Amino acid sequence: MEKEKLIGGEFKPDEAQHLLYLMVLTRAFEENAEEMYALGKVHGTMHLSIGQEAIAAGASSALTRNDYLLNTHRGHGHFLAWGGDLNHMMAEFLGKETGYCRGRGGSMHIADVESNNLGANGVVAGNLPIAVGVGLSIKIRKTDQVALTLFGDGASNEGAFHESLNMASIWDLPIVYLCENNLYAMSTPFDQAFKIEEISTRASSYGIKGVTIDGNDVFAVHKAVREAAQRARKGDGPTLIEAMTYRWRGHSKSDRQAYRTREEVKEWMEKDPIPRFAAKIGVNDTEMEEIRQQVKQDIQKAVEFAENSPEPDLSTILEGVYA
Amino acid sequence: MRELTYREALYEALDQVMKKDERVFVIGEDIGVYGGAFGVTADLQQKYGKERIIDTPISEAGIAGACVGAAITGMRPVGEIMFSDFVVLSMEQLVLQAAKMRFMFGGKAKVPMVLRLPEGSGTGASAQHSGSYENWFVHVPGLKVVMPSTPYDAKGLLLASIEDDNPVIFCEHKLLYKTKGPVPEEMYTIPLGKSNIVREGKDITIVATSVEVMRSLEAADQLAKEGIEVEVIDPRTINPLDMEPITKSAIKTGKVLVVHEAAKTGGFGGELVSRIMESEAFAYLDAPVRRLAGLDTPIPYNRNLEYHTVPQVENIVEEARKIVQGVY
Ligand SMILES: Cc1ncc(C[n+]2csc(CCOP(=O)(O)OP(=O)(O)O)c2C)c(N)n1
Ligand SMILES: [Mg+2]
Repeated sequence: MEKEKLIGGEFKPDEAQHLLYLMVLTRAFEENAEEMYALGKVHGTMHLSIGQEAIAAGASSALTRNDYLLNTHRGHGHFLAWGGDLNHMMAEFLGKETGYCRGRGGSMHIADVESNNLGANGVVAGNLPIAVGVGLSIKIRKTDQVALTLFGDGASNEGAFHESLNMASIWDLPIVYLCENNLYAMSTPFDQAFKIEEISTRASSYGIKGVTIDGNDVFAVHKAVREAAQRARKGDGPTLIEAMTYRWRGHSKSDRQAYRTREEVKEWMEKDPIPRFAAKIGVNDTEMEEIRQQVKQDIQKAVEFAENSPEPDLSTILEGVYA
Repeated sequence: MRELTYREALYEALDQVMKKDERVFVIGEDIGVYGGAFGVTADLQQKYGKERIIDTPISEAGIAGACVGAAITGMRPVGEIMFSDFVVLSMEQLVLQAAKMRFMFGGKAKVPMVLRLPEGSGTGASAQHSGSYENWFVHVPGLKVVMPSTPYDAKGLLLASIEDDNPVIFCEHKLLYKTKGPVPEEMYTIPLGKSNIVREGKDITIVATSVEVMRSLEAADQLAKEGIEVEVIDPRTINPLDMEPITKSAIKTGKVLVVHEAAKTGGFGGELVSRIMESEAFAYLDAPVRRLAGLDTPIPYNRNLEYHTVPQVENIVEEARKIVQGVY
């Protein structure tokens, strides 16, 4: 009975609406980020997840805010889906004192430890060994939490991947390893860096469950993460999920994208996860337009908040190095 | 002489040496089609193929190890670590293998490899992509550490590093890639262990490395207008370190300021100051030898904080002026 009320067997209607909002918001945040970069309002670089929004929406919604998030450099969507506040996120992006990291971290290091969001990571695979410690801590403290650990296809070829998955598996740690395979690590195509067809097959070398799923399908991601979290909470250890997706934009702000064809990008743009999810949950064009307008307003307000926020004071330059 | 950017000078060095010496190959992340994160390898893969410009998975321990293994078996690898920060993942192969191998094997092996590291802040890349770690390597006997500050030095020092029979850590600075300067067309080497007196002066000696050489020269220009004549020395290689021009200069001016971007505590400046104090220059000093270096903090994201984390031209001017005036 209960099941029938859930859309696609996974979401209540308002929950589905909210996830759609988050996906539209993530995309708008990143499009706005690009614009601000072009206008010289932000410096450094940024990694956009446009095209990959389904993974964040599907994953965070399968967990509670008592769980932990270990994010990557391409993590704006995960940050928002975990419950990040747009205003303070925007402020961090602009390096302001009111930002989540007081303007010290920027988009690549954005974190909110209070909400168990343990941060984006500028080091590829840098969060994988940390996940072991988080899992271990959960086990020692005997809570039923789970650590959601994100990484890319490229990260799977760092030595840290092996050490982390092996340790997590031998100790049955409650970790969901969620690999966002967007077919490229910077300019390196998947088949140039792997001899295997699917990263998830590596799970077998650690004696754990591995699955490859459609990462542009919110439902598939949600289901896979939900099941992995259930196993983890029962004490059955980690799972390796490989979510297949594609980044529409360049790797970062300095990418000419000579390593792939326009046709390939176009092909994937037709698999846009946002209209796909909207259709599946029965949101029509008018409703979609309303969401877009809402998002536009929210972004505008966040930009205003961030721009009106103070810069960090120079006298505080050494604050935060030590506790 | 024709001018090249620092980036172009490095490219030309690689191009020329690869044409001449089949033992040389380049290995790193996204150095092929992408041309390297900072464009140094540009189109070299088109010229020399995938077997000599080798794209790797994201595996820094593997890159360093591949260099070590190839070097002890007759090749002359040049590794690229995308950002200097990620060399921490290569440390075992560099510190415990490459650096000690020749010694452990009774002097019977050689490890002629170069590992290129783009260092430094100033690009808004924040704490994990902006570090300057050169002094870590100075502390490891068996490694050489090179820090070019101009396009001319970049080319000559890279060619010398590739020719050298030891593992060389080659520290480039991200802010220097676009700087321009005269570079000879032919191949040439600058010996490792030869300090360069970049500007002569009689009132104070500034010893600076990498991007701080550029800033010190600018500071010297400004100070000249106040009648303070600065001598600027660039050691170019910080191990081996050529002290002679530095002590001579210290004897001449009696005042020394050391400038580098890396964090002050445990930085190369400490070593340099100690060597000056241990030298015959000690008796000639009119003021404490002082250091101007990065603050002891990770590099912040915020633009203004980032700017003030490392020595800028105005800081050098102020510090040098204080030393000359005897107020510090
Ligand atoms: C240890 C380390 N090596 C290299 C880099 C530079 N870098 C940043 S992201 C990236 C590609 C990562 O690819 P992937 O893991 O597939 O994630 P994606 O960017 O595709 O989301 C590289 C090489 C880094 N940040 N850390
Ligand atoms: Mg990828």
